[in-house]
Amino acid sequence: MSEKRIPKLLVEPNKFCPGCGHGIINRVVAEVLEEMGLAEQTVGSLAVGCACLMMDTFGADWIQAPHGRAAAVAVGVKRVRPECCVFTYQGDGDSMAIGFSETMYAAIRNENITAILVNNGIFGMTGGQMAPTSLPGQRTTTSPKGRDAELTGQPLNMVNQMKQLPIGYLARGAVSSAKDINKLKKYIKSAIETQMNGGGYSMVEVLSPCPTNWKMNMETSISHIENTVKDIFPVGEFVKNGERIDA
Amino acid sequence: MSRKLMKGNDALAEAAVRAGCRFFGGYPITPQSEILEYLSWRLPEVDGTFVQAESELSGVNMVYGAAAAGFRAMTSSSGPGYSLLQEGISYIASAELPAVFVNVQRYGSGLGDIFQAQSDYWQATRGGGHGDYRMLVFAPASAQESVDLIALAFDKADEYRNPTMILSDASIAQMMEPVALPEMHEHDPNADWAVRGKQGGEFKRVTSTMYYIDDFDTYIKNKYDTMAENEQRWESVQVEDADLILVAYGISSRICKEAVESARSQGIKLGLLRPITLWPFPVKAFAEINPEVKAFLSVELSSLPKMEEDVKLACGMKAPVETFLGGANIPESSAIVERAVSILKEQR
Amino acid sequence: MAQSEKKNVCMTQNHDVCKGCGYCILQCPKDALSFSEKVNLKGYNIVELDQDKCIQCGICYTVCPDYVFERVEVS
Repeated sequence: MSEKRIPKLLVEPNKFCPGCGHGIINRVVAEVLEEMGLAEQTVGSLAVGCACLMMDTFGADWIQAPHGRAAAVAVGVKRVRPECCVFTYQGDGDSMAIGFSETMYAAIRNENITAILVNNGIFGMTGGQMAPTSLPGQRTTTSPKGRDAELTGQPLNMVNQMKQLPIGYLARGAVSSAKDINKLKKYIKSAIETQMNGGGYSMVEVLSPCPTNWKMNMETSISHIENTVKDIFPVGEFVKNGERIDA
Repeated sequence: MSRKLMKGNDALAEAAVRAGCRFFGGYPITPQSEILEYLSWRLPEVDGTFVQAESELSGVNMVYGAAAAGFRAMTSSSGPGYSLLQEGISYIASAELPAVFVNVQRYGSGLGDIFQAQSDYWQATRGGGHGDYRMLVFAPASAQESVDLIALAFDKADEYRNPTMILSDASIAQMMEPVALPEMHEHDPNADWAVRGKQGGEFKRVTSTMYYIDDFDTYIKNKYDTMAENEQRWESVQVEDADLILVAYGISSRICKEAVESARSQGIKLGLLRPITLWPFPVKAFAEINPEVKAFLSVELSSLPKMEEDVKLACGMKAPVETFLGGANIPESSAIVERAVSILKEQR
Repeated sequence: MAQSEKKNVCMTQNHDVCKGCGYCILQCPKDALSFSEKVNLKGYNIVELDQDKCIQCGICYTVCPDYVFERVEVS
């Protein structure tokens, strides 16, 4: 049997809440970058939100982008340093609310960056407000009676927004089981490969728990993703090598 | 050096390229869209990158990324578009990165209008974005000066690791004048602070330097105090014996030069103090003026008196300071002389 | 004989970084993990591994958000 060692890119214990999915996603991204030999030439563009907490613990070059603008910052770097592996690491508020335009336009222009969008259906860092991905009926601090989809719109499905665009790679994964996490790693590897081969824009959305703001324990958080969230946001690969591959 | 007839916007764009600028991310808005149009073909010629972003919000953040990666990067805008840049400028200043910003002023708040004005003086010199930072603000008064000052803006941005600004206006940008262009300068993007992957070393964090500097308050105050002390620039015209000194920058300074000439030919002793840096405001210039000066007249193309405050502070209120508010209209030099004469009459 | 003696690897734990989320307990196929009474310096009830039940599948490594587990070669 082979060893399983913590990637060297993870230079310090992370600062996320107990049970947060970010810790798993951080590790998966670090594993992929190290296995592909890209750790020394990677530049990350960091969102505002819980993702900010990565800056000191994930030991790659980072640029702290203003809220929502990580995709634009990543484009600035990749356009001048195309040899670097450039990725964004963003939550759903950062990439799909305030940053919707920048996120979409990087895809519309088929920019050669990789966007990692963490979907936990809530604004974590600021204490649990409604996010574009919050589910109808979901109680948050700004939808205390449950999200009213009539008033606030349906949950935003970024994969659906992007799958019509001529981009390189598009997938949605989850961290709600070991099997899902292993699949997620493959998706992230495919995304980064797409970038390094000049194959255009790649995006991996990740369904992740926020036990703190969902006010759930680990068991109910995982079950929420498996039984409810996945129905609204199906996992799988949607675009690969520039071609639609979903049914 | 041979000279070429060029539009102000085009001359500024060409000079930026020759100063080593290799990234532009911005959005069209009148009266500066020619800068985008020019760079859209010129930057690829020198292996640079031009992006017409989906908005100024996006453009300024692309500039942030390219600047963090060590490249000379700039954007330009006007009016409402320039307001959209403020968050990005604050981030760039906070991260202590170099970048150059150009505001080709148009008139008015809100949508406003597309002709020249000097209404953004406060936005330019008092911050614009949030937090404790300042920008060197250079005010060209001609196409040639636009060429000269953009090169200086890039050099000073690198020297201080701080964004710098060119505050121009629609008339300087649109006028055709002969310009002498400098030689091409290639900038080395591989500064030790530039992000390009760890490359076998320590990983770099581009974020507010306040998180990592001890006694940050002292550090940042010293940084801007040093700029204020060392970077004041101005031009003086016949100030040593003037009874009334006009203070004007950019397009209004050109009318004031004509006003000084015309007044002197009539025996009226006018002078002109032309700030070339608006921040730091050239307080040192006030040491050279006639100690018996009777009044100052700040000539501004805005509806509210803005630079007047800085003139009052700089002259220590030793003489009265009034403002000629051009508002939406470029004044005739005769109107300025007339106003100066009436002020001098009141002083008797 | 403990299972780990037959194989060339075993799971190690860094209790200092555990935040007591319990994800590993939920996912372990052999019920080899459980909460202990012990509390680490961060103040969390840590999870402990019963090496006799462990089959070194590495699922705990995969699901742990805090990198408590590693699978290392043993001589």
